[in-house]
Amino acid sequence: MDLSGLLAQLLNGLQYGLLLFLISSGLTLIFGVMGVINLAHGSLFMIGAYAAFVITGWTGALWLALPAALAGGALFGALLERGLFRHFYRREHLDQVLLTFALILLFEEARSALLGNDFHSVAVPALLDFSVPVTPDFAYSAYRLAVLGVCVLAALLMFLGLERTRLGSAVRAAAEKPEMVELLGLDARRIHMAVFALGTALAMLAGALAAPLQSVYPNMGDGFLIISFVVVVVGGVGSVAGAFWGALLIGLVDTLGKAYLPEVAGLAVYVLMAGVLLWRPAGLFAPARG
Amino acid sequence: MLVAGCRGSLLLALAALLVAALPLFASNYHLQLASTALVAAMFALSLQLLVGGAGMVSLGHAAFFGIGAYAIHLLPAGISVALTLPAAMALAAIAALAVGALSLRTRGFFFLMTTLAFGQMLFFVFHDTPLGGGKDGVFITRPALELFGLAWEIPRRQRAAAMLWINLGLLAAMYVGLALLMRTLFGRALLGIRGNEDRMRALGYDTRAVKLAAFVLAGALAGLAGHCQAMTEAFVTPEMLAWHHGAEALLMILLGGLGALHGPILGAFAYVGLGEASTLITERQRLVEGLVILAVVLALPRGLAGIGRGWRR
Amino acid sequence: MTALAAEGLTRRFGGLTAVDSVSLTLSIGELHAVIGPNGAGKSTLVNLLAGELRPSAGRILLGGEDVTTWPTWRRARRGIGRSFQRTNLLRDMSAHENARLAAQAAGFGPARWLRDAGRDAASLAEAARVLERVGLLGRADAVAGTLSHGELRLLEIAMALANRPAVLLLDEPLAGMGPEESEPVGALLRDLARDHALLLIEHDMDVVFAVADRVTVMVDGRVLEHGVPTAIRASAAVRDAYLGHGA
Repeated sequence: MDLSGLLAQLLNGLQYGLLLFLISSGLTLIFGVMGVINLAHGSLFMIGAYAAFVITGWTGALWLALPAALAGGALFGALLERGLFRHFYRREHLDQVLLTFALILLFEEARSALLGNDFHSVAVPALLDFSVPVTPDFAYSAYRLAVLGVCVLAALLMFLGLERTRLGSAVRAAAEKPEMVELLGLDARRIHMAVFALGTALAMLAGALAAPLQSVYPNMGDGFLIISFVVVVVGGVGSVAGAFWGALLIGLVDTLGKAYLPEVAGLAVYVLMAGVLLWRPAGLFAPARG
Repeated sequence: MLVAGCRGSLLLALAALLVAALPLFASNYHLQLASTALVAAMFALSLQLLVGGAGMVSLGHAAFFGIGAYAIHLLPAGISVALTLPAAMALAAIAALAVGALSLRTRGFFFLMTTLAFGQMLFFVFHDTPLGGGKDGVFITRPALELFGLAWEIPRRQRAAAMLWINLGLLAAMYVGLALLMRTLFGRALLGIRGNEDRMRALGYDTRAVKLAAFVLAGALAGLAGHCQAMTEAFVTPEMLAWHHGAEALLMILLGGLGALHGPILGAFAYVGLGEASTLITERQRLVEGLVILAVVLALPRGLAGIGRGWRR
Repeated sequence: MTALAAEGLTRRFGGLTAVDSVSLTLSIGELHAVIGPNGAGKSTLVNLLAGELRPSAGRILLGGEDVTTWPTWRRARRGIGRSFQRTNLLRDMSAHENARLAAQAAGFGPARWLRDAGRDAASLAEAARVLERVGLLGRADAVAGTLSHGELRLLEIAMALANRPAVLLLDEPLAGMGPEESEPVGALLRDLARDHALLLIEHDMDVVFAVADRVTVMVDGRVLEHGVPTAIRASAAVRDAYLGHGA
């Protein structure tokens, strides 16, 4: 086994895992706090990626797309929550599934109408278009390292926010025991909007970051959506820490699997999920429920 | 979930006769369309056993449909439908047993996600491996219509009509079978589980065994529907297993009425009809689909079957 | 004869010990009440006995058989009937259908799955029997969602009676009932205790002291005292516990 190859795959796996974390953390919080299944989460990723494509096309600067994705995502998420999702918290799962499925269709249709159905590549920013020597005979893409860095930063900020701020603690409590929100007299509506805004912003950020790595194309969010669900199952619903470790685990398993066992690569992740279901159905890091 | 009473059953029987009479005056194109609706109805009906019958919302059901369809492709050519049909159902049932045994360790949201994930896994098996014969699908030769030594050779011109009657017959059989099943102890237990699974367990029901049996049966019936699809179109594609396909079946159930066994049949016909009608206005099918879903979810919580009646869920 | 015996039952949730080394026995013909201030662990105890929760330590013996690891449904089959603190029925179905569902749990297995539910004479008779025992036969065809609160609590009890379990676990059956309704129910409980081993969780002290043969007092997950109603009533420790916790 060639060491630099392994190193490259490990770094790829970490990077993929961290992007997955950005997407699945929002998913797990939205379900943990509000009990809503949001199938359209993958579409938000797609929107972020296409936003990066458009902004890079206009301005030639990818780094402008990142704050745009974050801010735009937060705003969009707040609007979605306020205008639509708020009315669906008490509805049956079936209704939520279909509603968010309809959103996927409508988002895809809008994308198709505005930007067409072709594959588009997004250029890696010129500033980062080189390779960083990691070991004497192996160099890794600087952009990918930058993505790793941004994701780690985002994760750190999120953890700090959840642990240290009042709103963050409220969100964390609500994710574990939604009933607590009312009992503690917290403002449920503010928390719901914040959670949705955060989840949307992170998903769109992930999309913007991923755009140069994998091009933008129709239905690109689908793959990430399903794997994100696997992450949530493996990590435990409502647990951001679970989403973090679950995402890293899945990112590594998937990437290494595709690199070294290509015949069964796509299945490795599902085998992992099957294992977790057999051994710990509530998830590996599920918060202890009474 | 209610099964239609005397009057409702009479109406359904009349509707079936109407469909059976279509070859008398409809074009081949419309006969094909009707078959599409019938197969969709079978698929949605098989899912209704889980959703309306037991309260289990599965997003991986399309995988069993696809396995039933691909069975014809996987089996040696030239064998009769008397073998391919049960084989399709058996293969789908085995897959459902495996998926169900794992997924039923979870409930609610988790169940939704795990069925989704396993369904996609099976999609990838047919999409990416040689088993499926290609990403874009593959043409198949229809199995011979041979039963107990009697063979039917159907001339090309009459094929659409013949397929229509076969599909209609199978749909009717599936519906009657399920209607009878809901009246058995098993069926009542299923409805009890949908109403309150914890209570059922406290009463002494092994709910997991019941749910698994329902899941396997629903899978086998989905396989039957898939086999019919393959027979009708002579073409199978991995998209049959995609989770979007399963979501559409959920829509048909909601559209027709979650609270009624015949809801999915109404929903399937309404959905196919709407799709056809909308092509007159626009090519953007996804837009139409999305708007229809929004309309149903927001405005018609009880579906078409609930219009004008106080159906209880 | 001891129908149910719990030995050293303990249940921990993370750092919290909800039930701590609780032992008790239930015998047919005896009404055993468990009382205690809020948060004493009474409902957790019932969940442990019924099988909804696994104990962190301890054993449960049902008719002499060790059922500690058995799931809820298996224990129910073996002879535990349970009513819930918050009414937990199938509201879309009639009272009779609810009772029938309870009755049909007996012998339910793959061999009998395909039997016509409407023709099963044995379960129809059993459903009528339990409704009659609680006095709800006249309301058999009413949809459960339309029953009054008191009638719903009675239906809860009826469901627990189906298939003649040896043990009855009744979790606050009188919850939400006024004094007029609770008196006949109290009489019903005494009647039920004649041929069942009855565990009663209740907050209404007057009812408890009127119907119970033995009383166990729980505080903070532990058994504080155990004995006949008159002794418990006179106990200073029990009084302090209640005053201290403001039950």
